[in-house]
Amino acid sequence: MSAALLTIEDVAVELPTPRGNLRAVDHVDLSLEAGRTLGIVGESGCGKTMLSRAVLQLLPKKARLTGRVMFDGQDLVRLDAERLRRLRGRDLAVVFQDPMTSLNPVLTIGTQLMETIQEHLELDVSAARKRSIELLAAVGIPAPEQRLAQYPHQCSGGMRQRIAIAIALSCEPKLLIADEPTTALDVTIQAQILDLLAREQRRRHMAMIIITHDLGVVAGRADEVAVMYAGRVVERAPTQALFKRMHMPYTEALLAAIPKLDAAPHTPLPAISGRPPDPTRPLKGCSFAPRCRYAASRCHEAKPDLKSAERPDHLYACFHPIQMAEGIGA
Amino acid sequence: MLNFVVRRLLAMLPVLLAVSLLTFLIASLLPGDLALVILGDQATPENVAALRRDMGLDQPLWWRYLSWLGHVLQGDLGRSFRTGQTVLQAVAERIPVSLQLMLMAEFIGLLIGVPVAIACAARAGGAFDRVMTGSAFAMLSMPSFLVAILLIYLFAVELHWLPATGYVPFTEAPLANLRFFVLPALTLALAEWPGIMRVLRSDMIATLQEDYIALAKAKGLKPARILFVHALKPSSLTLVTVTGINIGRLLGGTLIVESIFALPGIGRLLVGAIYTRDLVILQGVVLLVACGFVIVNFIVDMLYAVLDPRIRHGHA
Ligand SMILES: Nc1ncnc2c1ncn2[C@@H]1O[C@H](COP(=O)(O)OP(=O)(O)OP(=O)(O)O)[C@@H](O)[C@H]1O
Ligand code: SF4
Ligand SMILES: [Mg+2]
Repeated sequence: MSAALLTIEDVAVELPTPRGNLRAVDHVDLSLEAGRTLGIVGESGCGKTMLSRAVLQLLPKKARLTGRVMFDGQDLVRLDAERLRRLRGRDLAVVFQDPMTSLNPVLTIGTQLMETIQEHLELDVSAARKRSIELLAAVGIPAPEQRLAQYPHQCSGGMRQRIAIAIALSCEPKLLIADEPTTALDVTIQAQILDLLAREQRRRHMAMIIITHDLGVVAGRADEVAVMYAGRVVERAPTQALFKRMHMPYTEALLAAIPKLDAAPHTPLPAISGRPPDPTRPLKGCSFAPRCRYAASRCHEAKPDLKSAERPDHLYACFHPIQMAEGIGA
Repeated sequence: MLNFVVRRLLAMLPVLLAVSLLTFLIASLLPGDLALVILGDQATPENVAALRRDMGLDQPLWWRYLSWLGHVLQGDLGRSFRTGQTVLQAVAERIPVSLQLMLMAEFIGLLIGVPVAIACAARAGGAFDRVMTGSAFAMLSMPSFLVAILLIYLFAVELHWLPATGYVPFTEAPLANLRFFVLPALTLALAEWPGIMRVLRSDMIATLQEDYIALAKAKGLKPARILFVHALKPSSLTLVTVTGINIGRLLGGTLIVESIFALPGIGRLLVGAIYTRDLVILQGVVLLVACGFVIVNFIVDMLYAVLDPRIRHGHA
């Protein structure tokens, strides 16, 4: 096993709100090796975006972050602004959820691509231009040269997300974080974008964190899956192992929700009745207890720890794990 | 784009027509008989009646409007019965002064307002932001004649840095001309920058919350590039509108400022016309000024299209 490229150590994010302190991320530990893919899965509001923003150091100003984010041997939380800036876009790249809002409406696509390249790589204008055209071609944009002079509103949603991916890939990052990169897109385009990400990842040997509310997206695409609920990681395992045998009732519920692929973003999962707990009012027991069909009295009194049982790499936080008779192929 | 320009031009026509009607009505409905004003107190009723007939004042209002509009469309806005000067001559003589004053005022206003707004938005809620928002509010409540007097006292009377009043054309003595303009322009600018600053600041703060700014940070761009390239342009649409509307307010401001600083501009012409009841000049000048205002707003619309490609391509 090589040393991890990214380790998230005991990261917690708190946001002050009028209703009180909101714990968006609740002491999460994760790690990722170079070239590998981690899937983070959970329903809306469980803290996936806040966790990714904590890694990128792009949290809202008022947010309080504790813990360590070790990336490539440095703690991003304590890194000074200038060194962080040189790292972002170059070694650490991101694709946001909504391509309609993540590109600047008043700058051309060429400007938005070339500025990143020229910021981090020593290339003159014509070389940066050439590289931009290659990148657009690589992400499947037809007539890339003409696109450079266009503005985002002249492209479809799928095109914009491809452009956002081209920007993210432009400096050969070591880690790409894709935060629900397909949720805002048509179902027909979702698979194309996911395949594009997988292909470019293999080609460039970069690590990737793919965030989604859809277990189906990470099946077969991620090496490892972390399931999040109410700010915590509640189950974590290599993808194969997870799909063979899932232990958390919440993971099971997520699996049942997969056919609803085209549900609108930021909506609660229909397959699981009820909503996640109010993050400003943490529960004493397991945060899934009010919705869990296996819940027993102990579940309401104490929080289950995240720990492993039969396999050291399969962790889960549940007092009454499900014992599945047969696994589901990944 | 051409389509856009033509559409906007056509939309101006009804506005201009309404402006002409309003101007005409205001001047015609002012109390007092123009013929009586011209002839003075000693005029006999017969003389007055004759002059009224000559000037068409005995015709119905709508007829007078149409015939006035007809003349205006041929470029004849009438002539002052006091000086004999035509409206166009009088305006042409004075417009450079007022334009220079307004441009310098707007320029100084932007020079103060824009950097302050950016600095405030970059650290919204910080000490600098709070102090500047407070001062902007204080400046807004200062009447311009008071500002003018304070500036004259400080820079002309106490420090002797600048002349208090007077004017020479730029073509004769550029430097002296600029020195005469500094204090009046500054007076107007001090009333302008708070509006500029507040509008741009709040738009910048909103823009800085956008996803694309988060992405710009995630791309590792320099903070200055994020502020000036990624945030300033999409935030400046309202600023452009406000700058356009400000021209109207500035025109009002020139009335006072040109009088205080003895600048021979449109404002002074208008004030003079009001005092001497020179209705032809009054009517003509107001009409030209109003048309100028409409044209400025047309230019603002065009600037929108330059700033926002979505408008240019007819998406918004
Ligand atoms: N700017 C903010 N200020 C205060 N609270 C926030 C802010 N952004 C998110 N939150 C809260 O933090 C919690 C976690 O939100 P987060 O956006 O990380 O969820 P998510 O898992 O990404 O959900 P989604 O699938 O909807 O994107 C939620 O309870 C949300 O309401
Ligand atoms: S701990 Fe109890 S409530 Fe929580 S998931 Fe497991 S069984 Fe359900
Ligand atoms: Mg999210």
